[in-house]
Amino acid sequence: MTTSKAENGRNLKEAIIEGLIWFSGISAILIIALIFIFLLKEGAPAFVNVPISSLLGRRWYPIEDLFGLLPLLIGSLLVTVGAVVIAVPLGLITAVYLGEFAPTWQRELLKPLIEVLAGIPSIVLGFLGWVVLAPLVQNMGASTGLTAFTGALILAYMSLPTIISITEDALYAVPNEYRDGALAIGATQWQTIWRVVLPAARSGIVIAVMLGIGRAIGETMAVMMVTGNAANIPSWRTGLFFQPVRTMTATIAAEMGEVAQGSVHYSVLFGIGIVLFLITFAINSLATRFVSGGDGRATRRRAQL
Amino acid sequence: MTAKIHIHDLSFTYPDGTQALRHINLDIQPQQLFVLFGPSRSGKSTLLRLLNRLSDLLPDTQRSGDILLDGADIFARSVNVFELRRRVSMVFAIPTPLPGSIYDNLVYGLRMAGIRDQATLDERAETSLRQAALWDEVKDRLQDSAFALSGGQKQRLCLARSLALRPEIILLDNPTSGLDPISTAQVEQSLYKLKQQYTIIMVPHSVQQAARVGDQVAFLLDGEVIEVGDQSRIFVNPQDQRTEDYVTGRFG
Repeated sequence: MTTSKAENGRNLKEAIIEGLIWFSGISAILIIALIFIFLLKEGAPAFVNVPISSLLGRRWYPIEDLFGLLPLLIGSLLVTVGAVVIAVPLGLITAVYLGEFAPTWQRELLKPLIEVLAGIPSIVLGFLGWVVLAPLVQNMGASTGLTAFTGALILAYMSLPTIISITEDALYAVPNEYRDGALAIGATQWQTIWRVVLPAARSGIVIAVMLGIGRAIGETMAVMMVTGNAANIPSWRTGLFFQPVRTMTATIAAEMGEVAQGSVHYSVLFGIGIVLFLITFAINSLATRFVSGGDGRATRRRAQL
Repeated sequence: MTAKIHIHDLSFTYPDGTQALRHINLDIQPQQLFVLFGPSRSGKSTLLRLLNRLSDLLPDTQRSGDILLDGADIFARSVNVFELRRRVSMVFAIPTPLPGSIYDNLVYGLRMAGIRDQATLDERAETSLRQAALWDEVKDRLQDSAFALSGGQKQRLCLARSLALRPEIILLDNPTSGLDPISTAQVEQSLYKLKQQYTIIMVPHSVQQAARVGDQVAFLLDGEVIEVGDQSRIFVNPQDQRTEDYVTGRFG
């Protein structure tokens, strides 16, 4: 009987620890759910009170009750896509160099430095964009230096450390046996990387790219400083990327302080928040599907023998 | 009969200063199974990795002495190391299927060697699977992921992947270490047939395996070859006291 008392104490302790772990696990989900409910509550009236035709309009001019989200969506899209196009190839190549080619001392020096870059406050990069990049872009022939392209450059720079660091981790996690296995059947180093190491690290690489995109799409301050903040739809003729735009995030940040709580404008800003939330959610779901669908793709290929 | 591989006064030191091989001299004849056995850290795997120059991958190692393959120095500047590795293929202790389907695994090496002809690829894939005694088990699911195979099947797939390149020499570094007795027997069975066509150099899982599969065997200890000879002689009538102690299980 004495042992059972001690055992009861142990069981209670186990139960408490288990409960705590359960709670911290569930709380993350709860918080996300609460955020979404809060967003819906504040933003839903926008989709009821403002006609859809107005929300899909081409003009964002809240003073005249014009709430066209299209220019903001296009602004965010241009800046994010531009950043991804610049940052993903550059980031992957850097990571491959660090992970597969660089001698140990270079890797040990460069990797922490790159990770430090991730910690630079975005507002500081905004200064950099304003003072250094904007004049450069203007010299390239744009009518102003504050353009979607300038924003894309800054965002690319901001997402590079994330992409490099996580991709390098993914490459590092590929067992050396894979490399040996490929080299032992006569593969060159490049063939080994391209055909074996990168495919093996694919899920990690996808996550790296997604986190990079996440950083780009959600970034506010730096983008606000360098994109010119004009809520218009850039035209093809004058160079899509070389005109001022305004992103969804910048719109919320710039106008939130000026609106009356509960007004239509207020709820539309929250509506933009919902749209952002849904976009991020969609990107993440796509990424998850891509990652878990990995081997399925190989097996679906038609039998060749 | 001239030796397929002639190793002359070969020494090898790792970057941390460990001398893994000391003045190795060996002649390995074609069309037989040559076994390198000895306790761990005796230099067996190091020697295998030198034979197809996987040892090149480690920086700051020191090597002296020669390895001649058909009379030609494999460390000569003119040697294309990737071609060498297609001639001298290797299978590792841990089965290492590469990402992709079973079929992809079989033709990886061929594709990387620049062979594109589908008929050739298909033919080589089938032949090598038959040689590795795996064909009947996987012929209907060649497009399935290679990771879905059992441990023994994976190892035979790795063997088949090497065979698809039509190598001259197959290096086996403890290929049955993770396998159950039945799979081990299957692999050994395939080796028995394969040695009629290829020169096989193997680091066995145990002394018993060395005695089962070897034609010629070499006993290594601390990076030195203690004794070489016919399997029947080394295990029945070893000349060196250390060999006798090891094969009778007194240490190791």
